[in-house]
Order: sequence, then structure tokens, then C-alpha cells
Amino acid sequence: MKVILEQEKCVASGQCVVAAMDVFDQREDDGIAFLLVDEVEGEDVEQVRQAAGVCPALAIHLR
Amino acid sequence: MNPAKSEAETHSQVFPLTRDQRCPFDPPPAGIARQGSGERVARIQLADGRSPWLITGYEEAKSLLSSPNTSSDSSHPGYPVAHIADRQEGAGLSFILMDDPEHARLRRMATGTFTIRRIEALRPKVQAIVDGLIDELVAGPQPADLVERFALPLPSLVICEILGVPYDEHELFQTHSRTIVRRGATPEDQAAAFNALGQYLAGLLERKIEDPGEDLLSDLGARVVAGELERGDAVQMGILLLFAGHETTANMIALGTVALLQHPDQLEKLRMSEDPALVGSAVEELLRYLSIIHDGLKRTVTADTVVGDVTIPAGEGVIVGLEFANRDPEVFPEASELDLERNPRNHVAFGFGVHQCLGQPLARMELQVVYPTLIRRLPELRLAVPLEQIRFKHDAVIYGVYELPIEW
Repeated sequence: MKVILEQEKCVASGQCVVAAMDVFDQREDDGIAFLLVDEVEGEDVEQVRQAAGVCPALAIHLR
Repeated sequence: MNPAKSEAETHSQVFPLTRDQRCPFDPPPAGIARQGSGERVARIQLADGRSPWLITGYEEAKSLLSSPNTSSDSSHPGYPVAHIADRQEGAGLSFILMDDPEHARLRRMATGTFTIRRIEALRPKVQAIVDGLIDELVAGPQPADLVERFALPLPSLVICEILGVPYDEHELFQTHSRTIVRRGATPEDQAAAFNALGQYLAGLLERKIEDPGEDLLSDLGARVVAGELERGDAVQMGILLLFAGHETTANMIALGTVALLQHPDQLEKLRMSEDPALVGSAVEELLRYLSIIHDGLKRTVTADTVVGDVTIPAGEGVIVGLEFANRDPEVFPEASELDLERNPRNHVAFGFGVHQCLGQPLARMELQVVYPTLIRRLPELRLAVPLEQIRFKHDAVIYGVYELPIEW
């Protein structure tokens, strides 16, 4: 499935990194999230779903 | 009609709602009752006669806090001031009380310090500070006050590390912060300590501009030099980080310790476990169960806003009761039970939306170090007085205990 991150909404809480370390990382200077991969399958799908659920800015979507 | 009863009922519906003193870990019963009776978004009386909305449901809380139609600006005429501290604290709370885009601009200057990676790198240092404080504690007499000896100094020392306060100036820094958060201090004492701390941070900022290090004040100093940030805003951010990371973490440490001691089977589970996942889960559950921000998050809606099955008219104030949302049985089964294995990662103890706590990775890491270390280093840890004699902070903005006399 495709992971969509609306970076302009991100508030750098880091919740996505805790939920799905292999999919999300944070920029060094301001903590804004970025994608390590944009296609996920298997276990990663559930982790990205969790990341989307805890993102305070509602910036993560799965399609 | 019984006038005494009627008065008690009226009182119980004025915000801030009061807790049942016999159940010190549970949110005010009147809020729980609203949640259960379909009044999950309903008007509530304030002492000043106004009646903003109180949200007690979980989904409703997240919906409002993530709505773009909200303002955190406390000077807005609709902003629900529950008591005088709401406005006074605004003086030192920087971007907490601002709206985007200025809120986001300033917040992003601090968020780089609190990335998951940077905070993980601090874990050994925090462990060393915790070990040192416990060494000092056990070398002293019993009983001892865990708040004074451990819960308050730990976050203060950690903030010193992060801001870049030199080691030999920790004492001065801690003296002022202690006065600001001490309950018995007069407003004059607190204002004086606040000013002294502001002056100290302003001076330290200048030194960091001259001789930068690897710390947040040096980062802010570089932005001042680059013309991106006013000196005054940099100092305000330093004060915000001190406050936000101080009382909150300190109260979670002390109140969490009381909660664990009152649930010995749960405490034992945590003590015996070698599983870091259980430690993580335990911290999330204590954050959910205790929800120490018990005075609500305040907003004004800037347009008619639908929350649940209610439309809140533009310009009206809203109070989001996180402590009720985190006890919503529709999301957390057996919500009033402490279950360290629950791992409620979706709790809203840090808020939700663009203002969600930026220090949450730090708070989590500190608590993940603190609870297991404390109960393993002090296997005989117990309250030195009966629970009924512990003074809970019923009248404070952040819930906790004033003192925690312990023996070990």
C-alpha cells in the first residue's frame, strides 16, 4: 500500500517514528517527519496504520 | 427540596470540577457522568458566570483539538479562563498561546532538540542522573520526601542539560525554579524568581552567542544572530521549556509512584519484567490513567464547528477534559482500571492537534528510566504515612501530590 505524508501539516511529535521506525524518520534540524519508503506491505501496513492513528496532525494516510 | 443538596449539585457542575477525595486517581465524577449520559459535548458553568463547552468524550476531544477552526490565543474574548492562572501564565508561555503560522514558526525552532533520536541519545545521561539522585536519597535519613529529593530535581537537571546550563550554575537555576513551582511561595516571591530566571537566561543566551555549545540555547542564540528570532522570544522559549518539562514530569513521577504502590501486583509485574515493551506500555498506561493535565485544554472556535452531534457557534470557548477522554470506555475497556499491559498508545495525555506536547519523547524516556530504576533500587519502597494523609493537588493546574513521604 502507498503511504502518504502531508509534511506541511507535520508538528514533529515523532509519534510515527516510534510506531513505524522502518517507514518514518525525522529531519535533524526541526524534527519534521519524512518517509524512508512510500510503499509498505505485510507487518509494516499495521505499523503505518498505528502511526496514522497517533499522528496529532492527521498528516499520515494509507492508500 | 433540600437546599443543601441543591447547592452541592450546583457546585459540582462548576468548572474546574472537583474530584472525589476518596478516589484520588479518578477524574471528577461529574465529568465522568456527563460522558456516560450523552453530554459528551455540553455547556459548563465557570465561576465568572460564563458557560463555555466542556468536552468529555475521546473522539470528540480529538476532533476539536485537530480542527483548524480553533484558536489558543488567551486574549480572545471567548477564551474560557477557568481561573486567574490561565491569563497570568500566558506571560511566560510563548507559543503555547499562539496560533499558526507564528506558533509553528517558533515551535519548529525547538522541535529539532526533541526528535526521537536526540532524546534516545540522552537516555544514558538521564539514567546517570537518576542513579545519582537515588544514591543521595538512600544516603540520607528516612522517611524522605520523594518530591523534593527526586521528582522535582530530576526534570530540572535534565532541562539544564538540554538548554545548556553549565553544571556549576545548576544550583542557582534550581533555586529559582523551585520558588516558582512551590505552592507556599507568595506571588511576589514567584514574580521575583521568574524575573531572576528570565535575567539569568538572557545572560546565558548572550554567553551562548559568544561561545556556542551543543545545546538548545546555543541553537536559539544562532537564530538571534541570524535575525530569525528576537532575544525576548528566545528567553520566553527557555522559560516555557523549563515549566512545561518540569511540573508535568515531576508530578507524573510522584503520582505514578503512589499509583504503583497502591497496585502492588502491577508494581511487582513491572519490577520483575526484563521486557522493555512492558516498561513502554506501563508508562503509556500511567500517562493515560493519571492524565495530570486536569484543568482542561482551552480553545476558542473561530467558525461554527461540529463536534460529535453538537455545533459549537463561532467565537465560543471550549474546554477539553483530557482526563475524561482518557477514561472513555468506548476506547479503553475497563477504563478506570490501571493495567500496565494495556499499552494505550492512542491516549491523549499529551493533548492532540498542532499544540500536542513537543517534549513528549523526553517525558516518556524520563519516565521509562525512572519507574523501573526506582522500584528496583528500592525494593522495600513504601509510603511513610497512610494514603489519606498524602496531600493531592486538587487545587493546582497540574495534578499530583505536594509531598510524598517514603521509606525503603
